[in-house]
Amino acid sequence: MSIFFTDEHEWISVEGGTATVGITDFAQAQLGDIVFVELPALGSNVEKGGDAAVVESVKAASDVFAPVSGTVSEVNSALEEDPALVNSAPETDGWFFKLALADPAQLEGLMDAAEYKAFCEKL
Amino acid sequence: MSDEPEDIIQALPLDRWHQDRGARMVSFAGYTMPIQYDGIIAEHLWTRENAGLFDVSHMGQLLISGDAVDVELEKILPGDIIGLGVDKMRYSLLLDENGGILDDLMVTRRSGDFYLVVNGATKADDIAHLHEALPEELTLNHLDEHALLALQGPKAVDALSRLVPGVEALVFMTAGAFILDGVPLWISRSGYTGEDGFEISLPAEAAEAIADKLAAQPEVKPIGLGARDSLRLEAGLPLYGHDLDTDIDPAIAGLGFAVPKRRRAEGGFPGATTICRHFAEGAPKKRIGLILSGRLPAREGAKIFDGDTEIGVVTSGGFSPSLQVPIAMGYVAAGTTEINKPLTIDVRGKRLDAVVAPMPFTPHRYVRQGS
Repeated sequence: MSIFFTDEHEWISVEGGTATVGITDFAQAQLGDIVFVELPALGSNVEKGGDAAVVESVKAASDVFAPVSGTVSEVNSALEEDPALVNSAPETDGWFFKLALADPAQLEGLMDAAEYKAFCEKL
Repeated sequence: MSDEPEDIIQALPLDRWHQDRGARMVSFAGYTMPIQYDGIIAEHLWTRENAGLFDVSHMGQLLISGDAVDVELEKILPGDIIGLGVDKMRYSLLLDENGGILDDLMVTRRSGDFYLVVNGATKADDIAHLHEALPEELTLNHLDEHALLALQGPKAVDALSRLVPGVEALVFMTAGAFILDGVPLWISRSGYTGEDGFEISLPAEAAEAIADKLAAQPEVKPIGLGARDSLRLEAGLPLYGHDLDTDIDPAIAGLGFAVPKRRRAEGGFPGATTICRHFAEGAPKKRIGLILSGRLPAREGAKIFDGDTEIGVVTSGGFSPSLQVPIAMGYVAAGTTEINKPLTIDVRGKRLDAVVAPMPFTPHRYVRQGS
């Protein structure tokens, strides 16, 4: 399993041809209390860099982009009942959706954990 | 949130104070301001149950004095200013010639002058407007070396009266001069959260020391702008630049209390003809509250439908921490405003079910005369 990060503060955990996607701890802290997560439809295709989900905090709606292209194979239905999981466990139980990867080569441009940490420290 | 140019962002007197307390700072109304400390929901609920300390020093504090200043103010404000007693305050509006709202404000008659608090994002335009609209003989001072704090919540009176005995005698929308540690404070029993509470005007150089004293009270936590917005939305209070602007007049906004009977009969303020007609005959659209089904909030700009007919737009919307449901404020065509009327709101192509709800969404808890 490998974990990658985007400059839009999504994480993507890859195992074989499947990727799990969520937002980072940094992102949830910036967004504040999350009250709703709009997830993509099962079976829908998302494009790298395209809209994939929407996170609603008390104040504002924020887009979550697909870190890579693929077909949505699973969504985290626990977020419907408890969207605050994204605040309390953003990089574990607060995952958003799983993708069947369309092109594993798209992972190459993403950051690893150390690079992402350095990226956040500069913000 | 703000529509101001980003190029000149200034620091307010408590800038460092907020950062030292872990606030996340954002630019708003030309200043860096604390958006949140612990989280909007926690801060919101703390204020509803205890007391929240808000820094609203970005707002414009103005003093106007001179001969017959009340008569002159009635030429630009639609409220009863002549009938306002000393140390009493009112909510009022600056209007353009069509009756559109240029800003909303608080005006207090003091023994020697009138004290106005206007919005931060509009204060420069307001000052220019006042200079133009008021006679030259009047004196207008901008208290730009003053900070403004708001202490809001059911326990605000316990915290503040411990430090400043006597404030407990104030009732809602009255004010007075007090002293704490030699610092002159102008304190009113007022605010914009729907809770009991106080607003405290003080010299900027004393702001840190006084804020420290207030924040040291067990009832008090510092609260950011995020919770200020969710609190005022639950309280059904309009926010200038979102729920109020120059396309909206006081009748459309449902601010009838800001234009009393005498002023409607006599007129003599900008846009009086249109405004008085709207009050008498009904305005073409109205400000309403909405409670949504589900958990997905509708935001400013979302369109409101009655069946298939578009009837209006959301001007403020969010998730209510107290009610745990999404709530919104918006304008819809007259005739579609009855309480409990089912409507839908378009959010990203989905139609969310909503009903027209009375405002405030959570009851006001002001401490009024005789209560």
